[in-house]
Amino acid sequence: MAETNTRPLSPHLTIWRWGPGMTVSILHRITGGALSVAGLAVLTWWLVALADGPEAYANFVGLAQHPVGLVVLVGLTWAFFQHLFSGVRHLVMDSGAGFELNTNKRYAVLTIIASVLLTAALWAYLLGVLK
Amino acid sequence: MSLGESASALGKVRGLGSAGHGGEHWLTERVTSIALLLLGTWLVASLVMLPSLDAGTVVEWLRHPSGAVPMALLVVTSFKHALDGMKVVVDDYVHDEGNRFATNTALLFLAVGGGALALFALGKIAFGASA
Repeated sequence: MAETNTRPLSPHLTIWRWGPGMTVSILHRITGGALSVAGLAVLTWWLVALADGPEAYANFVGLAQHPVGLVVLVGLTWAFFQHLFSGVRHLVMDSGAGFELNTNKRYAVLTIIASVLLTAALWAYLLGVLK
Repeated sequence: MSLGESASALGKVRGLGSAGHGGEHWLTERVTSIALLLLGTWLVASLVMLPSLDAGTVVEWLRHPSGAVPMALLVVTSFKHALDGMKVVVDDYVHDEGNRFATNTALLFLAVGGGALALFALGKIAFGASA
């Protein structure tokens, strides 16, 4: 692998002007990691609490309704929607479409708008119902 | 392994990438993402449409096949998709081959163990004698 060390490096993070495509790209990875670790932990914990009976479930709900629990759940909800929409964008791009500069930028921005709006709408509804 | 001039273009590309292989992995990640698009939407819609999120209501929902079967598929598919995604991140950032193997193996055990725990809890709920 010695020969690879002498190859010129392509200009990377240092020279590109930051744009929506780059933001959504790294958000996809970050939200994917968060969902893999915290999201699946919460899903599993929720099922285990439910299986353990009403007391364990009440304990879970109590933690979920604590301000810190709510921040985690709202964050995971946003991560879910962001990963979902940027994932759909990736599927479209896998087909070879959506690489024109303006189209690419527009869909990148739309994934963020959609994820924030849906998170807000879902939690406005949930907090209204659970109250 | 050295590839001489006789190797075809495809032969030179096949087996490359940071993991040394990856066509099937790449495709599996896409197929599970499409499944999760459906199952994730199902989960959010179900949670919104349930009359309440108290233990009795949720248990009743998961004891019915219309709740338990998609939930089981969601658990299996999301753990598989998370594992595939985390492997991409590990392959990108962990350069030492031994560390990479150790990290990917630990992630595999965590994903299989977590998925098994979630499925056991779901089974206990779904086949439980009483709510």
